[in-house]
Formats: sequence, structure tokens, C-alpha cells
Amino acid sequence: MTRPGALAPVAVRILSCPTYLSVVRAATERFCVAVGFDSKSAQQIGLALDEALANVIKHGYEGRQDQPIHIEFQLLPAGGDGEGAGQMRICVRDFGRQVDTSQIVSRDLDDIRPGGLGVHIMRSVMDEVSFRRRGLTGMELEMIKQVRPAERDAERACDGAAEQQEPTA
Amino acid sequence: MSDSDAQVVFQVSRHPAKGGETVVVSIRGDVDLVESPEVRRRLLELANGKPARLVVDLAGVGYMDSSGVASLVEALQRVRSYQGTLVLAAPTPRVRSIFEIARLDTIFQIVATREEALGA
Repeated sequence: MTRPGALAPVAVRILSCPTYLSVVRAATERFCVAVGFDSKSAQQIGLALDEALANVIKHGYEGRQDQPIHIEFQLLPAGGDGEGAGQMRICVRDFGRQVDTSQIVSRDLDDIRPGGLGVHIMRSVMDEVSFRRRGLTGMELEMIKQVRPAERDAERACDGAAEQQEPTA
Repeated sequence: MSDSDAQVVFQVSRHPAKGGETVVVSIRGDVDLVESPEVRRRLLELANGKPARLVVDLAGVGYMDSSGVASLVEALQRVRSYQGTLVLAAPTPRVRSIFEIARLDTIFQIVATREEALGA
């Protein structure tokens, strides 16, 4: 498959109903594989986004299941020389309750108790996670993950092997 | 990718043993925000029966998020409250990875097969 250097953003809009989480997970994983992540990384990115959406539903919308959530996926290009890996950027926007972003922290994992793992999971899986308030209403979450060079090396190795097998004129 | 159209399915079996009964609950499906409340309810219901060992067979769980993990943590706390044992059996690599990310893989007893769990 030819990996795109950059992609126009893919926008997904859902209501804050937990039933849609599996749909978004599936789409996320497919998109991640298409842009060059291995399947394990794609699954973990799907998990990170699932956690983000669950937090929006539970905290941003306080359990309401009829509110909008906008998700945007974008592959940002590699460097100008084509070398180096691109970046996957995922943006989640909601129109719910605003919180002080300094309060959005990973909790102490030594405190064994149910709940509160979502932010930790997001920060463990993604390279960058940032929250900001959107105007007067809602929050915006941005998560970025580098497409690892090892995945690009594997692609070049496959291309090189294919060229060696080509019959010469 | 796992098929999450079906609701989570539970199958419970009971095994008398020296030292007390072992209850095995096999869970099949995706355990996310939709299904975790029912998983929590079922696990706590079983734990309230105070089996000596509660085995949660995860071989049929294709996906789990932190809400599913929270259900298992609550069940673990309930079982420990009466000095029982909770064992997680046969998690897929995908499910196991969330326990590793949350650093709960050293808190839970996790074994590779249901048979190992019965002998644990």
C-alpha cells in the first residue's frame, strides 16, 4: 500500500451515547493501520481515544447521551526530505462542562481503586496529550502520536526486496 | 477487530474443592462503557457468595477499557475482604496490555489458561 505523506482530516461526529464507542474504535484502528501503525499500536490508539470519549460522556456531559462530540483524525506529513515519520493527530471537541485543565492529571497508580485510569492510559499510549477550554462552552483534547521510524524502515525493506526480485531487461 | 454487536455473555460454573468452592465466570464480548456496569454487577453478585476462589475467564473478551478494569478491581477488593482469591485467566494480549499500562498486572493474579487458574 502507498502510505500517504499527508491526509486531509477525517471528521467523525457522534452523539454522546456509549453505543457509538465501538464504532469509533473500529474506525480509529483501521485509519491507524492505513497510515502506517502496526496493529498493536492501532489498538492502543483506539483504546486511548475510547478513554477520551468515555471521559467526555461521563464528565463533560455528565452522562447525557444526546450531546455532540466531534472527532478529527489527521496524518501530519513527515519532514520535507520524506525521511522521518509522520504524526497522527486526533482532536476531540465537546460542548459540555468546562474544567480547569490543571485538574486533568493522571492519578497515583499505587492507589489501587476502581476508576480514574483514563488520563493515565491516554498519556501512556500517546506521545502528546493536551486539553484546553473552547471559548465559553466545552473542551478540546488533542492527542498526537508519531508514526515510528521502525514502521517506515519495515516498509522500505519490503520495497527493496520487491525490487531485487524484479526481472531485469 | 472484535465484533461488539452482541452484549456480553456470562457463563458460570462451580467447582467444589478442598478449602472451599471455586467459581469460574467466563465472559464473552467487549467490556467497555456500555457493558461494564453489567460485568460489575455480575462479578459483585458472585463475590457476595464468598467463593474461596473466583476465576474470571477472559479468553472470550476481545476488548476491555478502564471501566472494565474498574469492575475487576472492585471484584478483587470484594474478594480480598473475606480473604478469598481472584484469578484472571487467559486474557488476550490486547486485554492484558491494559493491565500492564495501568500497572495492575502485578496486582492481579493472571494466568495463561483456565486450567492453570483452577489449579492456582
